[in-house]
Amino acid sequence: METLMVILVGILVSIGTYLILSKQLLRIVLGVSIVGHAVNLLIITSGGLKTGSAPLLGEKAAGFADALPQALVLTAIVINFAVTAVVLVLCYRSYQSFGTDDMEQLRGNEHE
Amino acid sequence: MNNLLIAPIILPLLTGMVLIVFQKNIMLQRILSLVALLATIVTSVLLMNQIRDGGIQTLQLGGWEAPYGISLVGDMFSALLLLATSIVSVGCLVYAFSSIGRRQEKLYFYPLFLFLITGVNGSFLTGDLFNLYVCFEVFLVASYVLITVGGAKRQLRESLKYIFTNIIASAFFLIGVAYLYSITGTLNLADLSIRISEIGQDGLITTVAILFLIVFAMKAGLLLYFWLPGSYSVPPTAIAAIFAALLTKVGIYAIFRMFTLVFYHEPQITHLFIGILAAITMILGGLGASGYSDLRKILTYNVIISVGFIMAGLVSLTPAGITGSIYYLIHDILIKAIVFLIGGTIVHLTGTSDLKNISGLIRLHPQLGWMFFIAALSMVGIPPLSGFLGKVFTTQGVFEAGYYWLGIIGLAASLLILYSMIKLFMNAFWGETILSVEEEKGTTKGLLFPIALLTVASVALGVGAEAITGYVAQAAEELLNPNLYIQAVFE
Repeated sequence: METLMVILVGILVSIGTYLILSKQLLRIVLGVSIVGHAVNLLIITSGGLKTGSAPLLGEKAAGFADALPQALVLTAIVINFAVTAVVLVLCYRSYQSFGTDDMEQLRGNEHE
Repeated sequence: MNNLLIAPIILPLLTGMVLIVFQKNIMLQRILSLVALLATIVTSVLLMNQIRDGGIQTLQLGGWEAPYGISLVGDMFSALLLLATSIVSVGCLVYAFSSIGRRQEKLYFYPLFLFLITGVNGSFLTGDLFNLYVCFEVFLVASYVLITVGGAKRQLRESLKYIFTNIIASAFFLIGVAYLYSITGTLNLADLSIRISEIGQDGLITTVAILFLIVFAMKAGLLLYFWLPGSYSVPPTAIAAIFAALLTKVGIYAIFRMFTLVFYHEPQITHLFIGILAAITMILGGLGASGYSDLRKILTYNVIISVGFIMAGLVSLTPAGITGSIYYLIHDILIKAIVFLIGGTIVHLTGTSDLKNISGLIRLHPQLGWMFFIAALSMVGIPPLSGFLGKVFTTQGVFEAGYYWLGIIGLAASLLILYSMIKLFMNAFWGETILSVEEEKGTTKGLLFPIALLTVASVALGVGAEAITGYVAQAAEELLNPNLYIQAVFE
């Protein structure tokens, strides 16, 4: 199961990388966001999958699942969400200012 | 357990949250944020003295014992950086009072500024790797907004690159966290240090160490500085100064912490690699600083050179080298704020950052000129100014450790700093005065005081170095003995 998850993470990272390398702003945002999701999956996988019951007192199980990666991933998702919101606003604002979402035209070398 | 440790994080955080409510009341915002930052200075001085008397201080948040809870750990290294951070933030805040503009002051400038300081202080104090990531994000998100304050076209353009670069670096940070957790099963820095010394730092862990090095090098501008000249030259002066003074330094702090506490077993791989990166950084930064004739570009490339130089001390792993790095780090936090504030003031006066169109400012602004001269000499390392001790000790340490090439490149980079700063000084301040008082685009009213404040602090750091020698020596000793840190956390 872990191997499958890691392969999935790899596929997501390659899709994200492909999108980040494109020129349109919105595609880059999506790419960054997909890489973020891939990383979240990796964190969940790092604690091992399906190794026991919920980590609560009173559960009479042989083993308990590791709760720490789940706490980490919750924080990571929230941060990822906030950052994506900021980036989307910024992209919209810069689209309004420049009238383009083509990164090629936002290089900025001509002013130097 | 020492509850004072949380104060440098919680003071700016709570003040910032309160200030959101008083959005329209500018006077109240100014006073409260100044008071919060002054209180941070006081707490960091108190902390420094407690650490001097009682060793490393810790706080287990929520009463959860390490390694299960989040630990805050204050050693002398973090306390010194906290003090430098809060002094610089007061300077930049006072500069912002008369330069940032009413409109921005109403658009949450002060809360964002305080959140930035919260994140920086948090990164210095945390003893948990994931918490370090969270603190990084706190100040990064604040910086994403601060860099666009004003909303000029070039700000939007550069901020997009800055944000995407940092998001990708943060993703790598999380990947590193996940790998390290699956190898060792812990994220508490002290616990990580114990477990890695037990199982040995094999190839897998060294690879993860390099991954962390890439992440922090991106934040610190160690070789991966491609985003830095663009994004540090667009925001308003006060913000550019706080960025230049603090943000790269947090990356440097993280590299120091990780490679003295956790990944210190294979210095012939990791530390040599850092040394090569530092050497290339100094060479390229030096070329950039001496090649450009744009004031802001010269200053940003000087930030890059100093990152390389501070890293050289870490590479040596000798007491002298680490002591030198700490001196130079504190000096650099102050001095970069000063030169960026002066540079911004020049642009404010003349309306251009091209050195070809600036000349003879010293006739009308002698104070500005001489403060810049002091800062330039201090950056080069002329005794008795503050850069001197850092340069001497770092160079000594690097030569002791046998990295002659690195030491020579460091000294050559100092010459390039000298060349670039004197070029700036001669072009901007000497020569024929081409602007009369009426023709200037702005005044220096209210702008000179904060610069003078920081200059006095910087000169005091150099002349009164005797007073902090004990503190710096203790910081270096704690960095070189990871056991002191581990014992303090698990006491």
